[in-house]
Amino acid sequence: MSKFENIKKLIVKDQLKLDCGQTISDFPIAYETYGKLNSKKDNAILVFHALTGDQFASDINPITKKDGWWKYALGNNKAIDTSKYFVICANVLGGCMGSFGPSSVNPKTGKSYGNDFPVITINDMVNAQYFLLKYFEIEKLFCVTGGSMGGMQVLQFVANYPNVAQTAVPIACTSNHSAQNIGLNELGRQAIMADANWQNGKYAETNLSPDKGLSVARMAAHITYLSKDALQEKFGRKLQERDDLKFSFDADFQIESYLRHQGSVFVDRFDANSYLYITRAMDYFDLNKKYGGNLSKAFEKSKTKFFIISFTSDWLYPSSENREIVIALNSIGADVGYVEIDSDKGHDSFLLNIPNFLETLGNFLNTSYERLNEKRV
Amino acid sequence: MKKEYKIIANLIKENSRVLDVGCGDGELMDFIFKNITKDVRGIEISKLNVQKCISKGLTVIEGDAESDLYQFPDSSFDYVILGQTLQAFLNPEKVLDELLRVGKRAVVTIPNFGHWKVRLNLLLKGTMPVTESLPHKWYNTPNLHMCTIKDFFNFCDNKKINFIKSLALNQQKLLNISRSNLNKRNFFSEIGIFLIKK
Repeated sequence: MSKFENIKKLIVKDQLKLDCGQTISDFPIAYETYGKLNSKKDNAILVFHALTGDQFASDINPITKKDGWWKYALGNNKAIDTSKYFVICANVLGGCMGSFGPSSVNPKTGKSYGNDFPVITINDMVNAQYFLLKYFEIEKLFCVTGGSMGGMQVLQFVANYPNVAQTAVPIACTSNHSAQNIGLNELGRQAIMADANWQNGKYAETNLSPDKGLSVARMAAHITYLSKDALQEKFGRKLQERDDLKFSFDADFQIESYLRHQGSVFVDRFDANSYLYITRAMDYFDLNKKYGGNLSKAFEKSKTKFFIISFTSDWLYPSSENREIVIALNSIGADVGYVEIDSDKGHDSFLLNIPNFLETLGNFLNTSYERLNEKRV
Repeated sequence: MKKEYKIIANLIKENSRVLDVGCGDGELMDFIFKNITKDVRGIEISKLNVQKCISKGLTVIEGDAESDLYQFPDSSFDYVILGQTLQAFLNPEKVLDELLRVGKRAVVTIPNFGHWKVRLNLLLKGTMPVTESLPHKWYNTPNLHMCTIKDFFNFCDNKKINFIKSLALNQQKLLNISRSNLNKRNFFSEIGIFLIKK
């Protein structure tokens, strides 16, 4: 029995044409919901997760038994208040928490797809999740939001479905993946593929899996989610349970031990092939190019109210890249707000307990929801 | 609420599109939103103020008027408001040009350095003036380019900027400014309020 037996899943019967040219159908999208959909169906928020996230944004993840990845922002009386709003969060296409991904079993072969899984894009992810709105019979979302890759999905969602979301809050993201980010993702992928246990992506049928490679990928990526100051403050040159250097390659420093730990717990919950596919989707993301080099065109047909948030110490998706989205929206007179939140915690700030961020996000949602209701009266 | 806010709001037509440059904590925007037009947004340099605006449900972009107005297309707003900050820019002339490019009309207010109290302050005390409308000391003032009502009036005149309305405010009343009463208004008014266009 699959460990995903008891989680919510929508089996999409319709056909979905992927950017790579393949068409898929009869595929599962695993999701979770928080709060209650009201009778007017006007309080729904679609939350998109980041690279290594999943549908369990809040409460305890029933599979990993850990807290949901957005526990600070999402829940009862939190910024995304589930006592008011109905939140849907789905595991992305290509993911490994119950949605259709490389670890899914190919009915034709009876084996996991592995790297026979089609290469997917942010566009495909968004289109796959759109089926959930049909399932819940939601015509208008109150909001679409997410950070990092979740933010990219927000942008893609508004471009694809210009009049479905009333508000959109892309956080710490970009409209096109930079060379630096592609390079960092490639580093992760090469670490996985260099692990002999990867076996050209067909490890699922064996007793081996590329844990070492995936763990190195996670370690490298984890550094990019933090800031130099945050690392220095937390670890500095502190030694790990020893009084002096050991003149060896053990984890002498706390930062080494920390990263090793991050890598080792990650492999327990994440599939290496999913890591390859999802990072690829991020690299392929270029909304500017898709609209003839003019990002504004992506949002031309939309009346969605945007609120963009970035963080001062985020060097992975820096404020300058977030501001480009603001500029593109301003140049077509779109309704857009923007704030850069002061934080020394790097890209991960959007996941952390940063009061200014959480308050601002909550204030935006609550005042926007009130205003939308005023209009209707 | 600052006394000139109502006067500024009265210069703006209902249901028009408004940008408040340097909108602070959004007090004026909030007033305009509730009384004049829903289509109002701001640009503000202070993170704290942007967050305050968001909590009031106002649309604000964190940014610097000196460098960030370029992203707005020509005539994309019916009114662009600049409240008592022109003198704080490195290049006020450039900012004014940008205001009049982005807005079909601009509302500019200036603290008047020509007010008699200011003049007397410098004349008698021999120190840089500190008054109600100019509360800073010389070493901590954000004001880099102080001007008088007369200066601004002449400046716009030279640039062939058109005055739709020129108002002078002192504690008691609001009066029209014209070429003929300019010296008098410049002496007795604390704040100049100008509705201008290219």
